[in-house]
Amino acid sequence: MEKRVVFNHKLLPYLLLAPQLLITVIFFFLPAGQAIWQSFFIESAFGGDQQFVGLDNYTALFNDSYYYDSFKVTFVFSIAVAVIGLSISLMLAVMADRVIKGAMLYKTMLIWPYAVAPAVVGVLWAFLFSPSVGTLAVYLTEMGLDWNPRLDATDAMILVTMAAVWKQISYNFLFFLAGLQSIPRSLIEAAAIDGASPARRFWTIVFPLLSPTTFFLLVINMVYAFFETFAIIDTTTQGGPGNSTNILVYNVYKTAFKSFDYGSSGAQSVILMFIVILLTIVQFRYVDRKVQY
Amino acid sequence: MIERRPWLDLLAHLILLIGLIIVAFPLYIAFVASTQTAREVTSAPISLLPGTHFLENYAQVLFTGSSVQTTPVGNMLWVSFVIAMIISIGKISISMLSAFAVVYFRFPFRMLCFWMIFITLMLPVEVRISPTFEVVAGLGLTNSYAGLTLPLIASATATFLFRQFFLTIPDELVEAARIDGAGPIRFFKDILFPLSKTSIAALFVIQFTYGWNQYLWPLVMKTSEDMTPIVVGIKTMIGGGDSVTEWNLVMATALLAMIPPGLVVVLMQKWFVKGLVDSEK
Repeated sequence: MEKRVVFNHKLLPYLLLAPQLLITVIFFFLPAGQAIWQSFFIESAFGGDQQFVGLDNYTALFNDSYYYDSFKVTFVFSIAVAVIGLSISLMLAVMADRVIKGAMLYKTMLIWPYAVAPAVVGVLWAFLFSPSVGTLAVYLTEMGLDWNPRLDATDAMILVTMAAVWKQISYNFLFFLAGLQSIPRSLIEAAAIDGASPARRFWTIVFPLLSPTTFFLLVINMVYAFFETFAIIDTTTQGGPGNSTNILVYNVYKTAFKSFDYGSSGAQSVILMFIVILLTIVQFRYVDRKVQY
Repeated sequence: MIERRPWLDLLAHLILLIGLIIVAFPLYIAFVASTQTAREVTSAPISLLPGTHFLENYAQVLFTGSSVQTTPVGNMLWVSFVIAMIISIGKISISMLSAFAVVYFRFPFRMLCFWMIFITLMLPVEVRISPTFEVVAGLGLTNSYAGLTLPLIASATATFLFRQFFLTIPDELVEAARIDGAGPIRFFKDILFPLSKTSIAALFVIQFTYGWNQYLWPLVMKTSEDMTPIVVGIKTMIGGGDSVTEWNLVMATALLAMIPPGLVVVLMQKWFVKGLVDSEK
């Protein structure tokens, strides 16, 4: 879409763009370029001389089973977060779209987690499920479950997934609700007159018409799980026990700021950049085509 | 409402109530824990009723901090507030100007500028964390508000929303303004800005929350304790296992950390929801 009517001015548009372009170049292109540049070098541990190594940092990563584990963990985690989060939020949105009494109250309460910082979410859940003092952990133990996210890989993964899903419920809920409200009532009424039950109407009309929203949210949730959950991981498990919750972005951070291996960290950043760009392209292709039946 | 189905309505309320409990339970427990003594909190399971140390705990964290983190939370709240304000106001101002340029002018390299800005949508700061740190350190901006905020301002979310919004403004308004002899600056000031007030409000909520909730960048960036935002500070209060951690103080801090963005979101709910849903279309 373009404007038909525009202003003519030679210098003004550049002046208007200057602040944003300046910040973008200094704090975005420079670092992104540097990440790519760094990924071809190794640096001695005490700084100073850099040595060009070509693609060695990348080949080292792809031969590293540790890095593969991190990939696996990230995929399990992001798919779990996206699928569980979307299912819960869709169910809540469908119900909120139906009720009249108290709709506002439900909405106000359900958007609250949006405002809570991922780091604070992590702290809350770490406390609730802390094996010795956690309120919910105590009940789990009483029920005879052997719960300890500090020692058990599966428990740790369940903990970070629950925290990440909880944080994202609001966002998904708002989008699903907006999507549901934009579906023409007449379609649903027509189906109701033809005798279709609420469940049937949902699966044959509402769900297919909602598919652009669902798909959009799927991509957003994957990106969320890939990057924004850093704080949740850092405040609950720090990637452990072992590597069981060591997602890719956490590994980038650890490699740079704990092991000081900037070359490898740069290479990992570049790989992550490719994953995000891929996800974005997928999103644009499909969202533009309006996934529908 | 399409048909009356009382049982289905009941089910809907039931499911929504379960949803509410899932959302509210962690927050309630945090509140309960923040009103008890450290000993009461650690004697699991904690009572589900608030204790009597509300004022004491909050006063302690706000003005003196906990035994592991001696920076008062009051100070952290201030740092968080300044960061969130700089990020939201900074982002809104520069994005409004650049969206205005991209939509209302034709000039050489317009599309190049457009893509240079929009590609930033793809790469969150988490991905380019260590090189960004080096750039900021090279500019001597570590441990300053400029260093804490500028890299986070370099993102196109707000520009994107303003562009989408400007495109929906009827062309007749520009024509009328031009016939009346208004230049671009006059048009921006007297027509575009007043029309954008709702978008600005929505963006303020989104960006304030975004700025307030930043974790990784301040964690990497800050070198002195008095530049710790509350979201980073809360992590440093959990140290050395359950016996040492004063969970009552941690939970008080957690509540203090979520109240400002929470209030902004809930009070500006109407605009926020509209802006959020529109920005991603």
